[in-house]
Amino acid sequence: MNARTKQLPKPPGKLKHALTFVIVLFLLWGSAVQTEASIGRLISGIPNMWDLLKEMFPPNWAYFDNIVNPMLDTIRMAIAGTTFGAVFAIPLSILAARNMVRSPWVYQIARFILNLLRTIPDLLLAAIFVAIFGLGLIPGILALAVFSVGLIAKLTYESLETIDRGPLEAMTSVGASKLQWIAFGVVPQILPHFISYVLYTFEINVRAAAVLGLVGAGGIGLYYEKTLGFLEYDKTNSIILLTLAVVLAIDYFSTKLREKLL
Amino acid sequence: MNRNRWLHWLIAIALVLIYVWTFWDIRFSGIKETAGKITRSIIQGIFSPDWDYVYLPDGEDLLRGLLDTLAIAALGTFISAVLCIPFAFWAAASRNKSKALSGAGKFVLSFIRTFPEIVMALLFIKAVGPGSFAGALALGLHSIGMLGKLFSEEVENMDAGPTEALIATGASRLQVLWFAVIPQVLPGFLSYTLYRFEINVRSATILGIIGAGGIGTPLIFALTTRHWDRVGIILLGIIVTVTLIDLISGYFRRKLA
Amino acid sequence: MIELRNVSKTYPNGTKGLSNINLTFEKGEFVVIVGLSGAGKSTLLRSINRLHEITEGEIRIDGKSITAAKGAELRRIRRDIGMVFQSFNLVKRSSVLRNVLAGRVGYHSGLRTLLGFPKADIHLALQALDRVNIAEKAYIRADQLSGGQQQRVAIARVLAQEAKIILADEPVASLDPLTTKQVMDDLKRINQELGITTIVNLHYIDLAREYATRIVGLRAGEVVFDGPVSEATDERFAEIYGRPIQEDELLGEKAL
Repeated sequence: MNARTKQLPKPPGKLKHALTFVIVLFLLWGSAVQTEASIGRLISGIPNMWDLLKEMFPPNWAYFDNIVNPMLDTIRMAIAGTTFGAVFAIPLSILAARNMVRSPWVYQIARFILNLLRTIPDLLLAAIFVAIFGLGLIPGILALAVFSVGLIAKLTYESLETIDRGPLEAMTSVGASKLQWIAFGVVPQILPHFISYVLYTFEINVRAAAVLGLVGAGGIGLYYEKTLGFLEYDKTNSIILLTLAVVLAIDYFSTKLREKLL
Repeated sequence: MNRNRWLHWLIAIALVLIYVWTFWDIRFSGIKETAGKITRSIIQGIFSPDWDYVYLPDGEDLLRGLLDTLAIAALGTFISAVLCIPFAFWAAASRNKSKALSGAGKFVLSFIRTFPEIVMALLFIKAVGPGSFAGALALGLHSIGMLGKLFSEEVENMDAGPTEALIATGASRLQVLWFAVIPQVLPGFLSYTLYRFEINVRSATILGIIGAGGIGTPLIFALTTRHWDRVGIILLGIIVTVTLIDLISGYFRRKLA
Repeated sequence: MIELRNVSKTYPNGTKGLSNINLTFEKGEFVVIVGLSGAGKSTLLRSINRLHEITEGEIRIDGKSITAAKGAELRRIRRDIGMVFQSFNLVKRSSVLRNVLAGRVGYHSGLRTLLGFPKADIHLALQALDRVNIAEKAYIRADQLSGGQQQRVAIARVLAQEAKIILADEPVASLDPLTTKQVMDDLKRINQELGITTIVNLHYIDLAREYATRIVGLRAGEVVFDGPVSEATDERFAEIYGRPIQEDELLGEKAL
């Protein structure tokens, strides 16, 4: 045993870690410079922020009457957008799953399209759709739909790739057509997950829909622009609080539903 | 068996009602006659974009805008990663903690997550003036909500064994944290931070709409002035940047797993 | 020396985990505790270093009461007690050496350990690894080792702790018969060469008889047997268990 204690192993090099650390630090410093970040400005600006916050309270309770309807519009927008997204996500997710299609071309292209759909943020999409379709709820619904297809399909195809092969093989062996194979082999397994993903996307879309109005896509976002423009911060606060209440309520029910599903 | 059927009918009726309500009142103001023409212009703009805009010697070009956007996302993500750690531990449920305490933490995180980034950006613009810094701060604060939630779940799912072992050797709370908790949760933390960075790059492109820096501002300007080729090049730039960042970030996240 | 005086543990719902235990363990003993699952073996062991709290009685380690100790004093006493777990409880992503060094934390202040361990500690840790014959794996990630190797790292951690007492809670339950023998041999050897008091919870009766000098039998939280191995016949075991011995309580000839 004594001869072996002489050959105690050497510690591994630390160079890679040190290099990574330095690079990350450099990138951060560069970011701070580029954004003209300065703690000084932040600290001196805090009184301004505090003033603004003070003006926001108490919220303008009377204003709630004005914004209830736009809020309902916002929820409608989210429901419609999510639904259209879900419908189109079904075929796309099947095409993007490795175990659903045989040719790699098909699922590579499908995944590429999905990635593309998720690249442009919803507010930008909404702005573009407003330019095309004009103001109103339609561009908002379209923007949310596009975003939803991307998200729902991604979550679904990842789930599809992990389903049990047993029922699928059974369907193939009884000579089912592709559609029947999907309907009886795939759908029963994936349905709870799919619905869960749709609900999750809906939660996100309600938050997103609340802001889309800033670019003219309807819903309660329009009122942010108005109230901030007129410096009526107590009304802005009302909008925030109402949005918060609605989102929390929807989140709560959605989460409960999702728990029941899985 | 009967009860299930009854429940299914109930859900079906509820869904029908919801959908009727949804589509009943949508003000279908009719698609503008110009819609088709504009769509064609935009598509044209994407396929023959304004390449000159990529680099202009006097600044205010695509590359600078994208760089700005990346910087906002990077700084914002860093701020949120650092600040969310205490929140994460606050919200994480554990055997030795009251449910009320971690419940409160979870609520605070939920509140932060719901507070729209745009509104936060507007608040910060009030504080530090318009520009990228306000955007970075807004992103940083808002991201605490999501990152804090993911981090706290990581802490909750952590294996309690090493913690027990370390307590048995007579370690202090700090030492237990450093030797048992952090080595277990660190890879997850880093992975979630990178994931949040990917999302923040997308969010940073929007902030320009309200003047908080990034490529959003030139994009809106190009849209309203109907410079479709410029719209095209900016969109292309965004798509390329986001895709690249996703690829690089995805590579590092796989290495961490 | 470990003394348990009138130790009882009653759970909030009324169940008695431990019932009026009076035991004394002398320095250098190798004791095996046996009993059915749920008899209180784990509770007993974990009470000694206060990972579990008792509701009545007192436990003294080398004359100092651990039940009354608090804060730094409690940590000080724990430092002298090493524990080996059934699931090893190593930090999977850390290197073997780092896991062993975790045994040294009781000897330094919190801040100091954040900065790094002194050379002397690293040397000690490497020697501990050598004692269980896996020094060459020092810089490898812990989860890349086999179960038996991980348990040996856990034992090395206890050695690095320079503990005077080793508590082993079903240390071999997750291991195959051959590795079981290796780990039990290691524990026995450390007990004899270094004189460390060793208390082991075991599930296998033949293993208990092979390695212990003294056997303590627990049943429903009470001590029903306490004596040398020679007295632990199959009939006495049947009394401890309240029923005849079963097949799965014997490790089998192939290992022994």
